[in-house]
Amino acid sequence: MEYLLKNGYVVDPANKIDCERKDIAVKDGKIVESVDESKAKVIDVKDMLVMPGGVDLHSHIAGSKVNIGRLFRPEDHYKDYEVKKGVRRSGVGHSVPSIFTTGYRYATLGYTTVFEPATPPLKTVHTHDELNDIPILDKACFPLFGNNWFVMEYIRDGKLEECAAYIAWLMRSVKGYAIKVVDPGGVEAWKWGGTVQDFDQEVPRFGITPREIVRGLVKVNKMLGLPHPIHVHANQLGVPGNYKTTLRTLDAVKDLAAGDRPIIHLTHVQFNAYGGVDYLSLSSGADAVADYVNKNPHVTIDIGQVIFGDTTTMTADGPFEYKLFTLLRGKWANADVEVETGAGVVPITYSRSNYVHAVMWAIGLELALLIEDPWRVFITTDHPNGGPFTEYPRVFSWLMSKEARAKVLKKLPRLARARTNLKDIDREYTFYDLAISTRAATAKILGLSNKGHLGVGADADIAVYNINPKEVNPSKDYKTVRQAFAKAYLTMKDGEIVAKEGEIVSAPVGRTYWVNTKAPQDIEDAVIPEVKRLFEDYYTIRYENYYIPESYLACSAPIQPLEPAG
Amino acid sequence: MVRFTLLTGRSLVQGVGKEAGKFSDKYIQEVSTCQMDPEDLKMLNIKPGDCVRLTTEYGSVVLKVSSSALVHRGSVFIPYGPYANLLIGTKTGGTGMPSFKGIPVEVEPAPGESVPELKELLVKMYGRK
Amino acid sequence: MKVINAVLCPGCGSLCDDNEVYVEDNKIVKVRTDCAISTSKFLNFNKDRNTTPLIRVDGELKPTTLEAAIERVARILVEAEYPLIYGWSLTSCEAQKKGVELAEEVGGVIDNTTTVCHGPSILGVQDFGEPTCSLGEVRARADLIIYWGCNPSSAHTRHMKRYSSLSKGRFRLPEQRKVVVVDVRKTPTARNANLFIQVKPNQDYELMAALKMMLQNEEIEEQEVAGVPVEQIEELAELMRSCEFGVLFFGLGLTMSEGKERNIDGAITLVRELNRWTKFAIMPMRGHYNVTGANKVFTWQTGYPYAVDFSRGYPRYEPGDTTAVDVLSRGYNDATLVVASDPVANLPKDAVKHLCSKPLAVIDPHISLTAFMADVVIPCAFVGIEEGGTAYRMDGVGMILKKVVEPPEGILPDTQILDLILKRVRELKGGR
Repeated sequence: MEYLLKNGYVVDPANKIDCERKDIAVKDGKIVESVDESKAKVIDVKDMLVMPGGVDLHSHIAGSKVNIGRLFRPEDHYKDYEVKKGVRRSGVGHSVPSIFTTGYRYATLGYTTVFEPATPPLKTVHTHDELNDIPILDKACFPLFGNNWFVMEYIRDGKLEECAAYIAWLMRSVKGYAIKVVDPGGVEAWKWGGTVQDFDQEVPRFGITPREIVRGLVKVNKMLGLPHPIHVHANQLGVPGNYKTTLRTLDAVKDLAAGDRPIIHLTHVQFNAYGGVDYLSLSSGADAVADYVNKNPHVTIDIGQVIFGDTTTMTADGPFEYKLFTLLRGKWANADVEVETGAGVVPITYSRSNYVHAVMWAIGLELALLIEDPWRVFITTDHPNGGPFTEYPRVFSWLMSKEARAKVLKKLPRLARARTNLKDIDREYTFYDLAISTRAATAKILGLSNKGHLGVGADADIAVYNINPKEVNPSKDYKTVRQAFAKAYLTMKDGEIVAKEGEIVSAPVGRTYWVNTKAPQDIEDAVIPEVKRLFEDYYTIRYENYYIPESYLACSAPIQPLEPAG
Repeated sequence: MVRFTLLTGRSLVQGVGKEAGKFSDKYIQEVSTCQMDPEDLKMLNIKPGDCVRLTTEYGSVVLKVSSSALVHRGSVFIPYGPYANLLIGTKTGGTGMPSFKGIPVEVEPAPGESVPELKELLVKMYGRK
Repeated sequence: MKVINAVLCPGCGSLCDDNEVYVEDNKIVKVRTDCAISTSKFLNFNKDRNTTPLIRVDGELKPTTLEAAIERVARILVEAEYPLIYGWSLTSCEAQKKGVELAEEVGGVIDNTTTVCHGPSILGVQDFGEPTCSLGEVRARADLIIYWGCNPSSAHTRHMKRYSSLSKGRFRLPEQRKVVVVDVRKTPTARNANLFIQVKPNQDYELMAALKMMLQNEEIEEQEVAGVPVEQIEELAELMRSCEFGVLFFGLGLTMSEGKERNIDGAITLVRELNRWTKFAIMPMRGHYNVTGANKVFTWQTGYPYAVDFSRGYPRYEPGDTTAVDVLSRGYNDATLVVASDPVANLPKDAVKHLCSKPLAVIDPHISLTAFMADVVIPCAFVGIEEGGTAYRMDGVGMILKKVVEPPEGILPDTQILDLILKRVRELKGGR
């Protein structure tokens, strides 16, 4: 099928195109130079905003902890449901939507690629089961390594090459994409009911500190040439004053950087940018974090914006969720996973009148606005931790309009306004900034060269929004902006129209990316038998049954690693 | 006639027998035998292998009885299966789950009666006219 | 002779994956495992096998073709206003997904056997959550193991050896662990425990409440609670409080007796309380090998773990109303398709009466009691032996089942049979 999208205003930052009237030609799922207009289906998108399909690098959409959230919150679903209609299967929302609905709702927003950022390797069969069932989207998952026994012991013993070989073997075994680190060492401590309070505190019984784990994994990531930097959820998440831990984490790896290539992605930083010493004195630490990011090109972040309302928090950071439970005393799920990691799930309602929640809301936006380079700060809600991804359009409108922010600020507790910087920030995102932060830059940091842009040869993943970027002034017309982004006029995936004005018109199977990485053969040959031997002692399943064959993926898309950097 | 507490549950023989087939002698024998404390048998003046009639609010059935030290006085244990189900009600109290354990049951000796054959029982109880 | 290693056992929720299966001429001749149920399964699954689709004619099941049987099942489902699609715990997630799709297509209600095993446990989790862990965590760390209202010696025979009291873990040896059994009878599991606490039938909730009071340092003035002397409750409370890593495994002794989901509420809140003192986890002992998978699949596809109603075109969940026993005993459904389960052997009399009074179709490798009573029976391959697929262990670890022998000629896996039914249902609906 060939398409020609005519007369739209194209925003394609990767190709330095900023609101130019330009036709986009599509053939066989790719963007092409031109098509034969007599054969192609011509779609007039006159004066509409045309962007690459959205690329979300951090959204909890699939796997064990997501499903725990779905299961134990029927009240999340009762009022938000989708009736079966045409190709669209039925389903439910809201903060933990059922799997088909997840795909449809992302497509409706104009997003076409979404990565699940945390999978316990042992439970990755589950993660792939769900990823396989997500319609439309391309996706991948990041295995968790920050509390893995093998990793901690190899790094402690200075065996980095062996660690790299182990991680390469695991990445291939479970078909993972990037190294994810959550509360390094802290989850292992939690498995005895404890925590790691400090970046330099030893993990009980393992003789290694979070600092050493993070440094070791940055080095391993480089050795393996993985396309994405290590993806880190720092220690002390949610704790007042934690912005200092955040800065120490980032600074701990600074010397490992070479050139301008980022080597660490710090995720949902809103939860890790708190000043103050307790919840009563909580204040924004966003300015300090933003200042560090502005000065140091080895870092990228995503914000983890909070949305007022009901949602479900879920993370591999079991000890954090326990802390949250002791504050809220509602439902609490914990799911420690042998050898590797843990998980916790706690529902929450973020309330405007709650001082802490108000400060959190401001911090997310401050990070997005104070970090100058949109290529290094990405818009997320850490779905569903800060709020459901369906609220992205609201976040866009806040970033694009000081007035929209002021309207919310006005309703926050006075002290929250005073202890944050947001009221003094004038910056407003342009459509160009937004396209960078939600597509071009996320595709780039994930190493997806065919995504996030509309150049010839790119995957024809395209979002068209019914808004005229030349006429609309987002600063004033923020409602129009929000409505336009909430329901793409048209979403195309691999050259096929999947959503049109909120209706799902087709639901193809998307790819699952994974990195087919390898360590030097001789080292793998030495490491794998050792892993196999210890496997029987550590795990309750057999080594043979840990392996997930490529045929298990509905549409496997292996990626070759990059040339290892110097 | 004496009141007991009915407990239904899994037994190893039932588990193994089930794998050999639900119409196998092993399975049928296990699920059509109730287990009681030896003292209770004495009190009722019955021996292992005798037939007893069990009656609950929901139904009544004749089963063989065996003596088991694992069942305590006042309780009757029947492995899960089509015979035990004749004594179970369908009230779920909004949970979807009927009470399979802890049901008041009356037990009396049933000399001269016999355990109904499984296929005949199914047809008699559930067969369409 | 071929030896196949690391074969998963399609038996109980322990989903042991270390079985060695010996195959000769497409027949299993030997299986190396120390579980009697598993051995019986691998060696007997092919005995008395029905390999012909059957349709009831004049009161008797008569052989028919697969096409005719599929046609009959499809018509039963399309003609029914509110069919129940039931079972799912003894098959793969792939088949379960087809089941959900079929239920959505025909606007019926789909339920899995959770409804009569750990349904109340799920209701408890929906009330309070679930502090749990994978079984390897228990193996690595647990020094206190409590089996409450469950009897692994009979139902999960290798559970203790592979995962808990008798297993050798990285930080814990068998002799460093204590085992407590709480039950209404002295089960085989109780005989080997360090401490056996005999609770009176239907009084587990009271005992848990007493334990919570002790943990909160409140005085209990009674001499005994739930038939247990207060000193013994104190002993248990102290064991719980002072352990380094405790786990509470519970079974149908809690879900099936008086209180039901309230018993689970009691157990979960007890474990939450214990986490103020130490690390403590809770886990239901799931019965059939893939009942956990049925909950997972139902949940990620519909938002709800069982008892999902599609009569309004979207998933609805109302335990007590959309649960199989309630649907059947109130006579809501006007036809039933049973897959991978045997409700005639497992449900109360009055539910079975209604089940058998309406059109009834069965897909099963064997002539189960339900198949014996059905209008249409379609034999299928034995999942986990003659067909692969995914299954979930009781702790939520998903694994890939192995196919070790070929099914009898002409016998399809249930996933394919369901797919054929689904296609035919869509044709019939389209033709209307």
